[in-house]
This record gives sequence, C-alpha cells and structure tokens, in this order.
Amino acid sequence: MAGLMSRTSNVVKAWISKLLDRAEDPSVTLDYSYEKQLEMLQDVKRGVADVVTAKKRLELQTQKLEQELPKLDDQARKALAAGREDLARAALERKAVAQQQLQGLDQQIAGLESQQEKLMANEKRLSAKVEAFRSQKEVIKAQYSAAEAQVKIGEAATGIGEEMADTGLAIQRAQDKTEQMQARASAVDELVESGTLEDFTSGETSLDRELAQISAQSQVDEELAKLKGELAAGGAQKELEETS
Amino acid sequence: MIVRLMGEGQFRASDDLLAQLNGLDEQAQAAADAGNEPELDRVLDQMWQLVRAEGERLADEDLSASDVVIPPSDLTLEETKRLFSDEGLIPDLPA
Repeated sequence: MAGLMSRTSNVVKAWISKLLDRAEDPSVTLDYSYEKQLEMLQDVKRGVADVVTAKKRLELQTQKLEQELPKLDDQARKALAAGREDLARAALERKAVAQQQLQGLDQQIAGLESQQEKLMANEKRLSAKVEAFRSQKEVIKAQYSAAEAQVKIGEAATGIGEEMADTGLAIQRAQDKTEQMQARASAVDELVESGTLEDFTSGETSLDRELAQISAQSQVDEELAKLKGELAAGGAQKELEETS
Repeated sequence: MIVRLMGEGQFRASDDLLAQLNGLDEQAQAAADAGNEPELDRVLDQMWQLVRAEGERLADEDLSASDVVIPPSDLTLEETKRLFSDEGLIPDLPA
C-alpha cells in the first residue's frame, strides 16, 4: 500500500493532467493554462471575501449576545425583587446558554481567521507564480523549437498546476468550514431572537409574559403610591390654605 | 528533491530528510487505515515541522514541480478519504 505522500502526489498529478488535457493543441496549452490561472486567482479572492463575510456575521452575533447579558442580569434582578425566584432562575439559565454560545463563537471566529490567513498566503504564492509563468510563457514561445517548447511547457504548466491544485484544495476546505458554520450561526440567531427579554409586551414566551406582568404590577403600585402621596400632600396644602 | 506542504509551499529536501519523511509517512498511512485521527494529526504535524525546520524554502515564483506532496497537517480522516476518492477534495475548474 502506497503512503499518504505518494497518494497525494498522484491525486495532484491526476488533477493537473485533467486540467491540461482540456487544451488539445500543445501550442495553446500555455495560453489556456494562463487563463485558468487567472480564474483560480479570482476564485481564491472570492474565497477570502466569503470567509470575511462569514466572520463578520459571527462577530455581529457576538455583539448581540454580549448585549443580551446585562439585560438578562437586569431581568433576573427584577424578578428576584418581585419575589419570583423561578423567573430569576429562568433568566440566568438563558444567560448561561448565551455565554456558552459566546465561547463557541470565539472559537469559530478564530477558525475563520486562520482560514482567511491561509487563503491569503495561497493567493500571494499563486500570484507570484502566475506572474513568473506569464513571463516564461513569452520566453518559451519566442526562443524554443516546437519540440523543446513542448517539454518546457509541460514543466512550467505542471509546476504551476500544482499550486493551482493546492489553492483549489484550500478554497474547498475554507468553503466546507464556512458552510458548517452557517447552520450553527442560524441556531444562534434563533437564540438571540427568542431569548430576548427586552420586549415585555410581545409576550413571546411565558417568561416574557410573567415578567411583563410583574413589571406592569410594580409600575401600577409605584404610580398608585405616587398618586396617594400627591393626594395626601394636596390635602395638607388645602388644610393649610383653609386655616390661614 | 522538492517537497510540497499542501497549503504552505515548496521546500528543497535532502536525501536524509526524505528518508525520515518516508518513515513517518508509513506511520501516517497506518493511522489513516486504522481510523486513528489523533495519531494521523500527530504524525502529519511532525512531518510538517520536520520539513519546515530542515527543508530550504523555494521562492514563491519558482515553477518547479514537486517530487513529494504532503497533505495539510490538519486534514481530518473524513477529508483524507475524500481526497483519495473519485469525488476528490480538490474541486475541478470549469472548462
């Protein structure tokens, strides 16, 4: 059984020959290969942009979740002040879930960061090779006989084909990782949306409703007390006026 | 001999370095066959470290083909299988 190195070499060689076989006439291999190199450069640039977009989405979610934490703390405090330990517990449980998600997001953002770096390094190498290939292409065309040129073309095309296969693999892996994150990102979106306790009146969950009632109740109590105070003060004022 | 670390670039390797790599390569293949991912990661990582430390990096604009290609050190078992399958892990370019 062949080792991993020779099997990988074979995969890369097969990929290159499949690519070059498409150019039937050896004289157009150079131009065809160059065209494909430029396409691959575009692909890797797009790949970098996709990773950056995915990263931004996760960063936005991180911000949202971080904003949730003090709100949940506040809800827990209010619920406890109202003697509703069960609601306080529910708010704190939601906070713990949000904190777990935040940790996961940090790791994913770091993962995407490293994918981005890898792709950018790939782009830099491929870009340098494409430029070298472009000038060599002209030299080969101008200076060599048909037979010699064919050998030279084969060498240069193989050398750069390898870099293209390498870049293609990096793009594919980055894409796979980004896709895996989409599902998770959607789940976090849901959590952020359903977990928000900010809107007392929407009544999306029983926790929301109960907290809203408590809040409304305490507001009524406060206002009632205020009114009573005003009335008492008003009455006292009136008495003062009458006695004067 | 020229060695490519897939995703990192090419290095010129001595015969001695190549011999060491071949030894590790057998371990890597055995780990992949046994479905032992931590061991696969460990051996691939060791191969990468060795090439980085003892190989001589080729310039980016060098167009030489490699004699040996080492897969990414963080390749999962699943990806390894796909890399060697008919489906392949390296996407085809549009014609």
